[in-house]
Amino acid sequence: MTTTAEPTTREFGKSRTRKEDARLITGRTRWTDNITLPGMLHLALVRSPVAHARITGVDADEARALPGVVAVYTAADLGLAEASLPNAWPITPDQKAPAAPPLAVDTVHFAGDGVAVVIARDAATARDATELVVVDYDDLPPVLNMEEALADGATLLHPGLGTNASAHWVFDSGEAGTGGSAKAAIAAAENDPDAIVVRRRFRQQRLIPAFMEPRSVVVDPSGEQLTMWSATQIPHILKTLAAAVTGLPEHKLRVIAPDVGGGFGGKLQVTPEEILVLAASVKLGKPVKWTETRSESLVSAHHGRDQIQDITIAARRDGTVLALDVDLLADMGAYLRLVTSGIPILGAFMFNSIYKFPAYRFACTNVFTSKTPTDAYRGAGRPEATFAIERIMDELAVELGREPLELREQNWIKHEEFPFTTVCGLEYDSGDYEAATAKAKDLLGYDALRSEQQERRDRADPVQLGIGISTFTEMCGLAPSRVLGSLSYGAGGWETASIRVLPFGKVEVVTGSSAHGQGHETAWSQIVADRLGVPFEDIEVLHGDTQISPKGMDTYGSRSLAVGGIAVVKASEKVVAKARTIAAHLLEAAEDDLEFSGGRFGVRGTGKGVTIQEVATATWAAHDLPEGVEPSIDADATFDPGNFSFPHGTHLAAMEVDTETGRVSIRAYVCVDDVGNALNPLLVEGQVHGGLAQGIAQALFEEANHDEQGTLVNGTFVDYTLPSAADLPSFTTDRTETPSTTNPLGVKGVGEAGTIASTPAIVNGVLDAIRHLGVTDVEMPCTPQRVWRAIQAAQGRATQEPPVDTHSPGAGLGSIDPNNPQEEEVQ
Amino acid sequence: MAQVRVTVDGVQYVDEVEPRMLLVYYLRERLGKTGTVVGCDTSNCGACTVALNGRSVKSCAVLAVQVDGGEVTTIEGLARDGQLHPVQKAFTECHALQCGFCTPGMIMQAVDLLGDNPDPDEREVREGIEGNLCRCTGYQNIVRAVQSAAQAMKPGVPAETPATAAGVTP
Ligand code: FES
Ligand code: FES
Repeated sequence: MTTTAEPTTREFGKSRTRKEDARLITGRTRWTDNITLPGMLHLALVRSPVAHARITGVDADEARALPGVVAVYTAADLGLAEASLPNAWPITPDQKAPAAPPLAVDTVHFAGDGVAVVIARDAATARDATELVVVDYDDLPPVLNMEEALADGATLLHPGLGTNASAHWVFDSGEAGTGGSAKAAIAAAENDPDAIVVRRRFRQQRLIPAFMEPRSVVVDPSGEQLTMWSATQIPHILKTLAAAVTGLPEHKLRVIAPDVGGGFGGKLQVTPEEILVLAASVKLGKPVKWTETRSESLVSAHHGRDQIQDITIAARRDGTVLALDVDLLADMGAYLRLVTSGIPILGAFMFNSIYKFPAYRFACTNVFTSKTPTDAYRGAGRPEATFAIERIMDELAVELGREPLELREQNWIKHEEFPFTTVCGLEYDSGDYEAATAKAKDLLGYDALRSEQQERRDRADPVQLGIGISTFTEMCGLAPSRVLGSLSYGAGGWETASIRVLPFGKVEVVTGSSAHGQGHETAWSQIVADRLGVPFEDIEVLHGDTQISPKGMDTYGSRSLAVGGIAVVKASEKVVAKARTIAAHLLEAAEDDLEFSGGRFGVRGTGKGVTIQEVATATWAAHDLPEGVEPSIDADATFDPGNFSFPHGTHLAAMEVDTETGRVSIRAYVCVDDVGNALNPLLVEGQVHGGLAQGIAQALFEEANHDEQGTLVNGTFVDYTLPSAADLPSFTTDRTETPSTTNPLGVKGVGEAGTIASTPAIVNGVLDAIRHLGVTDVEMPCTPQRVWRAIQAAQGRATQEPPVDTHSPGAGLGSIDPNNPQEEEVQ
Repeated sequence: MAQVRVTVDGVQYVDEVEPRMLLVYYLRERLGKTGTVVGCDTSNCGACTVALNGRSVKSCAVLAVQVDGGEVTTIEGLARDGQLHPVQKAFTECHALQCGFCTPGMIMQAVDLLGDNPDPDEREVREGIEGNLCRCTGYQNIVRAVQSAAQAMKPGVPAETPATAAGVTP
């Protein structure tokens, strides 16, 4: 036998370091851009510099004459003028969706929209030649502001639709029968002296996912099947939809997502570029590659967030919440991409969060503007919802003069009330908000900080302290297929796995999940090591290639472990069941007399036994199998979750605000997350850290800004300010473990938790520090300039308007030396 | 075309390159050193960081012709005699990478930082890697890895620190 030592301990719960690291720390990686094929050509896009214009001419003669240029194509040249990129989520039957050709046909709808492609023998020449393509534009007015876009007489971005509104979607618990009427409850509260109604408007600024690996696509047209490599989160969905868009039979396309450098929802897309590279490669009969530049990525890869949120909450004066009403405007940008329209709907059932609202209404209008299309970005709808509810709970606490954590506790679902059916009709599986909150308070030293806050206020310290709170939940494990069906989503939410036991007992695990940094190779190996009793090192996880892993729904929405991981469990169970039959035969025992443990089938009460590896070898040889039993112990499983899982947690941010400069700093950040059972605590912690950084970046650093012409003004890494190491503190992270009841591992989801929870914690903390100065709101990102202006305005001091909105460039905390505040930041 | 003579990861190369070719593209496209990657076009992300004559540089901010006569070490040449560099080891032990795209540059920068400052405190690490962006990790474990590598590299600590049992962190 070639088996190595039997594992002695359980893998579940072990902080394993990752098996994927060996190649990543030595540069032995396979990024899409690394692929070079014989005769490969390079594609570059001519992109519109203007937001909205009619194309009156494309002159490519000079570009074609450049040595090395092979072709210049428009959509028509590639046969794509009638093609439209897919929108998989028509949220209403009458949703309006414009044609979304991979290259603009006669009108460009955002600055960055593709107009033509150049194909050349090397990438630099292709890029140079794009400068030589002369496109004549007849400018049209840009559509930039959602409210103006909806007003009578507004410029229509897609005149054929007759409106800039794509869809209006409503959930009303009164109508759904899951609660009362929020409108009625709010009206009643307004006339009730024992009740209070609080209304606020919040803005979710536009963000850019900014995964570190720029997108890249290679298509090889040789061989029987076309092969596409793409830096994508969704090779399976891409295969299906790229075939549908181009008319290629689906069985003639193979999609491979090799090593993928981050996604965060930003690579959950069927992109124009994927279709263009495919079409160009077929047309030329040569392999073609496109790799974007960072500046190109920032303007053309989809953006995220961008909502205006009008929130109304009603409560009794004793603090008990009565109703929540949410009215959203959601910016789609210029086109509906894959799930653009559904992003706000993913938040629709989350505004009520952990609180027991008896009545709830959510209404959302999706609006077209002449900006880059929006779509999924880490959390996708749920950060927006969590921000709004956690901000309004603080506002309610202020209005009622209540301690904000106590007010939350008064209204949240108590641990003994689970499973709990919410006002949206979702059944929350499990949770213990009290435990997570108690632990977080303890770790932060909440009470001591409250005292210090009071002291600082009393002595009018220039640096004020605030404590930001976010007690959140989210729905993970997208998604039960029947729920997706009821929301008109275009596909199911299942996931698949196959397990192949090789002749000498090594194991290949094939998963439909498609990792791009999550560590599935490690995590899935841990699951299988436990289930089959084979060593962790003997397991190889295969993914991201539709020929190796033919079925899958890919990775997004904190679904991989809670859905894909469970498929792995189910497949393992089938392998053990098949192996048991053969083991019984080999041992000449009854199946019922066998016990399986540590990878060995033992005959109860005897010393006789056989390992699963020995069974694998015997099955492979197939010399002596029971009658009618196939010579294979391999198995497949597809898991469709019965329900979501609902991780939760309490995040507390101790924020310091220098009232003289507006400088904000994070003194301490504590979070206690409950993600159910933790398969690998090291990976869980890593996910939380990264999530926090992105949520904090929304609160303090990032925003995609446009000028009046609709051009993205901070479209490079010089001015779209991702936080650096110097901008962030170390976080204190901890966990409580309330097992999920919706899957056999008791796991929830963790990929998005940090992002969802942290944004409101930070902003609540900033406001808590300066509210006593009269400040009631600071829009995100809370840059020094914005905070300083808010303080000045609240104090009745005039400030000079800055000539241009310069808040984003250099606004990061790290760009300001605390010992030497730059006066121009606050002039 | 200009001639460049350069040692990369211990191997000497002589090549004709276009004067405008950046070092990072020379490494990736001419030498196949695809472990070094490109993350931006403004020299902000640090993904392309390599060591040039013993100091870290962003290889997207250097022309290939400028390294004529020089010596370049990339992530692919960091391990010696089959032994990972202590910084590489610390990155995996501290889970300082997720997607791994920033990792080659981050590791090369960390090696440089520890050359200057063998025992940096947290602030010094954070400032020392400020020019290298990571979108996945929130930097916390990267900071931890750099500090833990610093301990492992202290004189007197055997280079052969046994890896923690079975790859499990305590
Ligand atoms: S590629 Fe971004 S700094 Fe060099
Ligand atoms: S690990 Fe993904 S960018 Fe750093």
